[in-house]
Amino acid sequence: MSDPTEISEEAVTAALTAALTAISTAADSAALRVVRTEHAGDASPLARLNALMRTVPNDRKAAAGKLVGQAKSRVSQALAAREAEIGEAEAQARLAAETVDVTAAASTWRPGARHPLSLLQERVADVFVGMGWEVAEGPELESEWFNFDALNFDEDHPARAMQDTFFVGPPEAHLVLRTHTSPVQMRALLARELPVYVVAPGRVFRTDELDATHTPVFHQIEGIAVDKGLTMAHLRGTLDHFVKAMFGPEAKVRLRPNYFPFTEPSAELDLWHPTFKDGARWIEWGGCGMVNANVLRSAGIDPEVYSGFAFGVGVERALMFRNDVKDMHDMVEGDVRFSQQYGMTV
Amino acid sequence: MRVPLSWLGEFVDLEPGTTPEDVHAALVRVGLEEEEIHRFDLTGPIVVGEVLSIEPEAQTNGKTINWCQVRVSTSSTTDKSKVEDIRGIVCGAHNFVVGDKVVVTLPGAVLPGPFPIAPRKTYGHVSDGMIASARELGLGDEHDGILRLAALGLDAPVGTDAIALLGLDDTAVEINVTPDRGYAFSIRGVAREYAHATGVSFRDPALAVVPAPSSVEFVVTIDDQAPIRDRIGASVFVTRAVRGVDPTRPSPAWLIARLKLAGIRSISLIVDVTNYVMIELGQPIHAYDLDALTGGITVRRAGTGEKLTTLDEVTRTLNSEDLLIADESGPIGLAGVMGGQTTEIGSTTTNVLVEAANFDPVSIARTARRHKLPSEASRRFERGVDPAVAAVAAARVVQLLVELAGGVADDLGSLHDATPAAEPIFLPTGFISGLIGLAYTLEEVRTSLAEVGASLEETEGGLSVSAPSWRPDLTDKWTLAEEVARIVGYDRIPSVLPVAPPGRGLTRTQALRRQVAQTLAAAGHTEVLAYPFVAEKANNLFGAAVGPVAPQMRVANPLDGEAPFLRTSILPGLLQIAHRNRSRGLTDLAIFEQGQVFRPGAGVVYGRTVVPPGAVRPSARLEAELNMGIPPQPFSVGVVLTGNARRQQPGRPAVAAGWQDALVAVQQVALATGVAIQVRQGSHQAMHPGRTAELFVTTDAGVVSVGFAGELLPAIARGFDLPAVVAVAEIDLSVVFDHADAELQATPIRTMPAATQDLSLVVDTVVPAGEVLQAVIEGSGSLLDHAELVDDYRGAGIPSGRKSLTFALRFRAADRTLTAAEASDAKLAGVAVAAARFGATLRE
Repeated sequence: MSDPTEISEEAVTAALTAALTAISTAADSAALRVVRTEHAGDASPLARLNALMRTVPNDRKAAAGKLVGQAKSRVSQALAAREAEIGEAEAQARLAAETVDVTAAASTWRPGARHPLSLLQERVADVFVGMGWEVAEGPELESEWFNFDALNFDEDHPARAMQDTFFVGPPEAHLVLRTHTSPVQMRALLARELPVYVVAPGRVFRTDELDATHTPVFHQIEGIAVDKGLTMAHLRGTLDHFVKAMFGPEAKVRLRPNYFPFTEPSAELDLWHPTFKDGARWIEWGGCGMVNANVLRSAGIDPEVYSGFAFGVGVERALMFRNDVKDMHDMVEGDVRFSQQYGMTV
Repeated sequence: MRVPLSWLGEFVDLEPGTTPEDVHAALVRVGLEEEEIHRFDLTGPIVVGEVLSIEPEAQTNGKTINWCQVRVSTSSTTDKSKVEDIRGIVCGAHNFVVGDKVVVTLPGAVLPGPFPIAPRKTYGHVSDGMIASARELGLGDEHDGILRLAALGLDAPVGTDAIALLGLDDTAVEINVTPDRGYAFSIRGVAREYAHATGVSFRDPALAVVPAPSSVEFVVTIDDQAPIRDRIGASVFVTRAVRGVDPTRPSPAWLIARLKLAGIRSISLIVDVTNYVMIELGQPIHAYDLDALTGGITVRRAGTGEKLTTLDEVTRTLNSEDLLIADESGPIGLAGVMGGQTTEIGSTTTNVLVEAANFDPVSIARTARRHKLPSEASRRFERGVDPAVAAVAAARVVQLLVELAGGVADDLGSLHDATPAAEPIFLPTGFISGLIGLAYTLEEVRTSLAEVGASLEETEGGLSVSAPSWRPDLTDKWTLAEEVARIVGYDRIPSVLPVAPPGRGLTRTQALRRQVAQTLAAAGHTEVLAYPFVAEKANNLFGAAVGPVAPQMRVANPLDGEAPFLRTSILPGLLQIAHRNRSRGLTDLAIFEQGQVFRPGAGVVYGRTVVPPGAVRPSARLEAELNMGIPPQPFSVGVVLTGNARRQQPGRPAVAAGWQDALVAVQQVALATGVAIQVRQGSHQAMHPGRTAELFVTTDAGVVSVGFAGELLPAIARGFDLPAVVAVAEIDLSVVFDHADAELQATPIRTMPAATQDLSLVVDTVVPAGEVLQAVIEGSGSLLDHAELVDDYRGAGIPSGRKSLTFALRFRAADRTLTAAEASDAKLAGVAVAAARFGATLRE
């Protein structure tokens, strides 16, 4: 195309048409940059036409200026529109190219887990802490006095021989691995001001060989309350609240007469639940009763003034009936797959 | 305790159709826990048959069998040729003759085993049933031939159902008797409880026999020179003689069946009768061969070194605490535990002396434990036997020996009864309602106590209650409260939630322990719980940084003789668990445990020789002594990592776990506890000498060590069957927690623009980077906002034996924008300290 010599409508339209065609066919931002130079740059046909303005007689300057100005304006609008269009398409294409397989993500983290027996003990403690009780603790290696004598286990009472006790050191040391969490009761009563409302979760020991339902090292949670005017009805009320908080509103408690040296009257604690595996049924879960007067006396508490109740439940047993764990080996062997089923919650 | 229902039914009315499950359910309500149900486990047809003919047939295997014709029914037509009436049966036994009545199990019957009976081709005949032995029927252990009814003193028409005839249709319920309820070790006691549970009336078998006084005194001397805990060894001692017992008489089938269901093997009529009366009344009985006794009986403590051969043919060396029965020949029995051989009832015994005594529970319990001889008798004495039933039981034995054994009650006998009168218990009005939380009526209280056998008397302000002779456990008003509560029913107790005073929540250390476990788990470690039992050498290795031995506590009666010590460290248990996981193909592991360890002090003697009594508060000094006698048991947390810390994944290679992962775990514990756990090069006998960090906290008083982290010595890792690289950390949490309680004092956050500068210092390779960083921080002063190590370079451009450490430093003032010159000056001040301490030079 030869250079125009004057600003004619034909020449402006031709330049405009050529520019709009080139803009609309530019495929990407690189092509559009070339088009911008060719059709909107200093050497573009419209620029050259514009340069002819000085040759236009004054009486036609306004009309010619308008003609060229409008064309330039349309070109720059078209460029801007096309630029946005291409930019959007190119952004989309870039994102599409970044697609990953989310199911094959590489993890910089490895999953860990708590042991469900630890978690269950914490849950129970939380229920009681929520009721204003506190959590008490004691040593696993205990003096016989705390484990037996203080709890009204006479030295020659058959109940003492029935506890299958691990003794530590020479016999005259009278040290045992605690056979229950009950020595913590005595420690709490000796150390605290009355009234006392505490739970004591912890590890206990009996000389039972490991099998599907026994382990020599297991866990209990003990609760004791000593106050003025406490009754067996308060024991039942506490247990009712506890099992509902732990197992849901349908859980129920039944008390059956039983014998424990450290409580009088004593009861076996049965738990009823409709949705545990194997159906609705009563499950033996622990023991409870009114704190024996001799236990109070061991702590220097006058049983004519104060009364109390106590209960103890097995944590392993709870995991068995609540979470359908069938074999005690799984709880004690430390196979990481066992804890990892639970993750951070039980 | 096993209770045959037919026996129970003698003393209470069992509704027709009462099942063993019903009886269990009733007994559970009053506190006798259910155990198993015992049956003979056989089904008919099992009938009485009469042997019509016996044809011995010698076999090629050397045996002779008998081809017998046995009539098993008498049809109404009395047609003796009727085939069904007479069966051909092959029998291997030879202890019977034509005309004997025997027990025939016919095809369709099932014997215990289960052993189904069917027509069977054997020795050239079809045996159409089996002639049964006592053992095959589950009646005894004897297998010296088939059971002849005559041997049991029985006769019955042919075709009679032998199951009912022999008492094999009976069933026993087994219950668990708690230690306070000795009286429930008898049919009498269980029947009474059944009556309590169901409201049916109870017929006391102790009232069914009236002991007659004996006119000729058998001399019995109670001579206890060393009562245990001030209790004379025998408070009651009754003897009665029976003469002319026929030693050939068999025990009747019903007696054998009942004993069998009760768990006792039939031995001989005399012994069976003593056992029968023990089960029925709860009174252990001993029977002596009267003709083997020399003179009268003395009850005394054994002399040291004295010996006795007991019925089980074991010669025992006695202890001076053992209570003995002796005659003029010497010891003839271990009182209440087991009789002696010399006066044993034998197959020729015709004259019998029956002993029914009441021995001190403590004495019997100690002797049974000392000689590892728990017996039916000792089990009852330990829990307390009704002292008032001894004379009745002796009379009942005499009665049965007369009835069943053809004996004659003799005038010879004795009665010693020094049972102290029971102290009445004062029960204040309203006490039980106040303890149980249920308003019992006076009537309910009276009825319940009367029902359990107590006698009541009105006194001022309440009742005076005398416990029945069989309830030594009823000692105070609380025990009476249990009786009333259980007789009225525990299900009547209301549910009232008590309001505890406001609590303080978890203690700080309780909360911190949880947080440590939660943090480690969230950071990818799996919690496990190991047994705290370890081998001595594991404790020696991990219990102290340097050996050779660590103080440790030994379990006297361990289950695993290989691991009798209490752990001084969490790590041995974790390493064992790591091995177990690896053996199951789980090779990439990060595990932890938090728990108590047992750390006795070196040379300290723990425990206390004298245990204070119960029911009395120990003095403050005594309490302190008890506590001093227990070794420290601090909380510790251990971490073990092995295999890959990160497995291979798309685009990422596997990363092996190593010492750094152990230090990351330490940082997580530091974060969880809010305690700055610091690290420096350390050493430990179990650890890699170049890859071990000592962990410590800095306090006003100085540096306190809190554990170690790094890699195990490869040889020790191999000793646990683990790969060469095992990263471990153990932190003494109790010490860490001691430094966790100070409340953090906040540093104001500076918001002015920061100036960042990098600093590369060249030092000898042995200089710890952490200490160089510390020097830079100290030297740079208060303008330094943050500093961290970003590179450790060795090689080209750095002299051999030196390394270039690059730190990224950020400076910031509280009140102004720093100039580059200020930042540089501060940095150079840091360099100066590092140069002075470690000869650090700026890298060119």
